[in-house]
Amino acid sequence: MSELTRDERAESEELLHRALAGARLPRWGIAAAAVGAIALAIILNLTTSVAGVAGTVVVAVLLFLAIQTTWSFRVEGRRHAVDRLATTAVYATFIVALAPLVAVLATVIVKGMSVISSTFLTTSMRNISPRSEGGGLYHALIGTLQQVGIAAMFGVPLGILTAIYLVEYAPFAKSRRLSRAISFFVDVMTGVPSVVVGLFIFTAFVLTLGMERSGFTASLALTILMLPVVVRSTEEMLRIVPRELREASYALGIPKWRTILKIVLPTALGGIVTGAMLAIARVAGETAPLLLTTFLSQSINTNPFKGPQAALPTFIWDQFTSATDASVNRAWGGALVLIVLVMVLYGAAKIIARYTGVKRG
Amino acid sequence: MAKRIDATDVDIYYGAFKAVEGVSFAVEPRSVTAFIGPSGCGKSTVLRALNRMHEVIPGAYVEGKITLDGEDIYGSTIDPVNVRRTIGMVFQRPNPFPTMSIYDNVVAGLRLEGKKRSKSDLDAVVEGSLRGANLWDEVKDRLARPGSGLSGGQQQRLCIARAIAIEPQVLLMDEPCSALDPISTLAIEDLIDQLKERFTIVIVTHNMQQAARVSETTAFFNLAGVGKPGKLVEIAPTDVIFSTPTQQATEDYISGRFG
Ligand SMILES: Nc1ncnc2c1ncn2[C@@H]1O[C@H](COP(=O)(O)OP(=O)(O)O)[C@@H](O)[C@H]1O
Ligand SMILES: [Mg+2]
Repeated sequence: MSELTRDERAESEELLHRALAGARLPRWGIAAAAVGAIALAIILNLTTSVAGVAGTVVVAVLLFLAIQTTWSFRVEGRRHAVDRLATTAVYATFIVALAPLVAVLATVIVKGMSVISSTFLTTSMRNISPRSEGGGLYHALIGTLQQVGIAAMFGVPLGILTAIYLVEYAPFAKSRRLSRAISFFVDVMTGVPSVVVGLFIFTAFVLTLGMERSGFTASLALTILMLPVVVRSTEEMLRIVPRELREASYALGIPKWRTILKIVLPTALGGIVTGAMLAIARVAGETAPLLLTTFLSQSINTNPFKGPQAALPTFIWDQFTSATDASVNRAWGGALVLIVLVMVLYGAAKIIARYTGVKRG
Repeated sequence: MAKRIDATDVDIYYGAFKAVEGVSFAVEPRSVTAFIGPSGCGKSTVLRALNRMHEVIPGAYVEGKITLDGEDIYGSTIDPVNVRRTIGMVFQRPNPFPTMSIYDNVVAGLRLEGKKRSKSDLDAVVEGSLRGANLWDEVKDRLARPGSGLSGGQQQRLCIARAIAIEPQVLLMDEPCSALDPISTLAIEDLIDQLKERFTIVIVTHNMQQAARVSETTAFFNLAGVGKPGKLVEIAPTDVIFSTPTQQATEDYISGRFG
């Protein structure tokens, strides 16, 4: 070693480095390929039949893939070229998948914010013609909160109890007939279109039992819609609670029902709450069953058991079908309020789950 | 406090599968009995039959007679919940409750029994049980922290503290050290030595030195073949089993010729 000059040593280090590292594209390579691809796409846009923003973007992405892959193949070899191709494809797919979501959110926020005001949030549409500005969705907000609240009051406990039966008790039953039947109906309920559920409640409770159409009949339809979601998600969560925990509890002489209540449910709580929230969020946006079970209303009705009640989805539908500038704007406002409502519920659920479930050391 | 167990002609099933056949033995009060034998021969199954933990598996049941100080624990008027309060259990893998602090883990059995107890009573139980499990000095400053934050050996001692907090008369341990490092293993063995003053102990172990170190009596289980039920080959004072066993199979197993 000592006989090597400084230059020779540097050169040998360089050789060793290259042998280990292999040739790579320069750092600015990707940027250069991207700039080149975009420039080429713009030129093509101006000189050939490639037209429009979407078309140009697609052409630019394809050009970028081609340039980067070929260049990388020549310099770095096959493995790196494939790696870069796959990486770019993954990112591109991710962006394609995310784009509609971001676009929807952005549109709702921009259009919705333009009508949101304290009047919009605290007044109803009573005596406001579709063409005029003003009015609000207070009546619909009240309706949705009450209908979804009542549905959750029935649907969440019922769903959780059903799941507890299926996971904790059914395996010990003499015959599996009951649990098979329950599972079958839960699957069927998942597949039934919501409008059919609305029709069922309308026929069974309004036509046959003679109840009047009200927020309550709407809640019954929503209960049926959320039940299968709550049952399935809770079932999954209970199944992943390790058997060892239940056994540890039984071995302490803790009875089964207390084991479920104090050990199994708290351990699975995070997932159960999340599942219940997803179910609630799902039914909060249901429109068709509400039209059949409580229809529309333009005024505030704080009694869910009497008379038609508005709700956010039907408010959006009603305002949108009026098709005036003012009413379509109100529809966007309704959409924004609905999304915010769902997000708030979701955030609250996450916080509850965080402070009550599994402790992390 | 400590009680004796007698098993007479016990068969144990998982649904249609007979896992253990014709097992009879006695466990003396205030002694340590070790179960040894190759994997799958039914040591855990027999152990779990002793405190009616076997039947928590769907389809599983026990035939034959098991008594605790003469009382048939499978009698028709017996509540399995009470049997498990009297005969506690420690499992192979430490399993503290993940939703609970160290303190709450220790008193889980008492709290979930349903009777109200004063804070000072519970405090005393926590300190007593953790001292009994040789864990008090290590955790006394962090009783409110989650039990899952402890090391494996500490978690296992927490599980022992949790088991002795309800003051059982018998303690069953299913390979309590197999997931632990040698230092923690020694700590648990020392603990077993102290606990046998107060409890009757039955321990399943894969480690023959451990059986020789901690137990007075050793039971050797074996399997006639794959798919056949496990059987108790012989049970005798530990020094006899390890020096002059009566059965060839026992000698082969102990001298490492199989298993
Ligand atoms: N939950 C179970 N369901 C069905 N068979 C089981 C179950 N647990 C254990 N077995 C069977 O019972 C036999 C004895 O198992 P086990 O008592 O765990 O053996 P050991 O503890 O001696 O290794 C084995 O054949 C095993 O496959
Ligand atoms: Mg075992």
